[in-house]
Amino acid sequence: MNLTVNGKPTSITEEGTLSVTQLLETLKVAQREYVTVELNGEILERDDFDTAAVQDGATVEFLYFMGGGAA
Amino acid sequence: MKLTEDQITRYSRHILLKEVGGKGQKKLLNGKVLIIGAGGLGAPIALYLAAAGVGTIGIADADQVDLSNLQRQVIHFTGDIGKSKVISAKEKMLAINPDLNVVAHETWVAADNIAALIADYDFVIDGTDNFAAKFLVNDACVLAGKPYSHGGILQFDGQTMTILPGESACYRCIFPAPPPKDAIPTCSQAGVIGVLPGVLGTLQATEAIKYLLGAGDLLTGRLLSYSALRMKFREIPVKKNPKCPICGDHPSITVLKDELDAVTACDLGH
Repeated sequence: MNLTVNGKPTSITEEGTLSVTQLLETLKVAQREYVTVELNGEILERDDFDTAAVQDGATVEFLYFMGGGAA
Repeated sequence: MKLTEDQITRYSRHILLKEVGGKGQKKLLNGKVLIIGAGGLGAPIALYLAAAGVGTIGIADADQVDLSNLQRQVIHFTGDIGKSKVISAKEKMLAINPDLNVVAHETWVAADNIAALIADYDFVIDGTDNFAAKFLVNDACVLAGKPYSHGGILQFDGQTMTILPGESACYRCIFPAPPPKDAIPTCSQAGVIGVLPGVLGTLQATEAIKYLLGAGDLLTGRLLSYSALRMKFREIPVKKNPKCPICGDHPSITVLKDELDAVTACDLGH
């Protein structure tokens, strides 16, 4: 299926519907335990990663903690 | 208040702008901005706000200037090593612009002092280097209804967003809780390219100036993400999260507390 991941068109071989947890594994997303996921403009609860459905055409953003201010 | 001849000359390039003018410059001179952190982000923020003539600028930090700071914290000079960062910053700000009232708050922000600290200011800028402080700044500003600019940097990447509490998404709308201690690498562990805080801090200072002027569109409801290596800016739209623990429909956070488990990030070296 075709997705937009972090603004980039991305194709994955999986078809049908994927959970966010499966997508994180498929894309080998870094810092999976801490990343915030925005699916089609909605920020997901971590508890919903197993059930939230990613379908063809979905827009996904992975948002990372950036704690520095360089003190 | 009437601008003096010197002020008209000093701020002439502002006054020429229709979005600023004499009226806008007076708004800046009457404006009060608090910068939390006198490090990488705080340095360009303080320099530009001072040059711009923001009349009252508070700067809060309890750290001292270290040799390893000078690669990016452009407000501190080699001769300042060992000096209090807020004093070092204040000296440079007043050297640029003696018109200003610079308030040096030589303290770390904590749950028991931050509400009083931000109360006198119109706008707050987060230039802190750790998650405990970032979440505390967010919570204090949201609870007080104080507009603020979030900024974060690591290695070659940075992010920033402006928060108008109650109106736009806050930091916890995106990140409900800090990561566990030591989970995310710090700038002192992972490094940071020296120009990066210059880019992000200047964006944050721009937001403070626009807020005081009431000009243009603030960076609200969108997280701006910057990659220096790829030289790309990207905007990620973020909505106010109804489940946000502090600004959502049923907030679980109603009083300020220190996030003790999260005191790390760009490690402070103290």
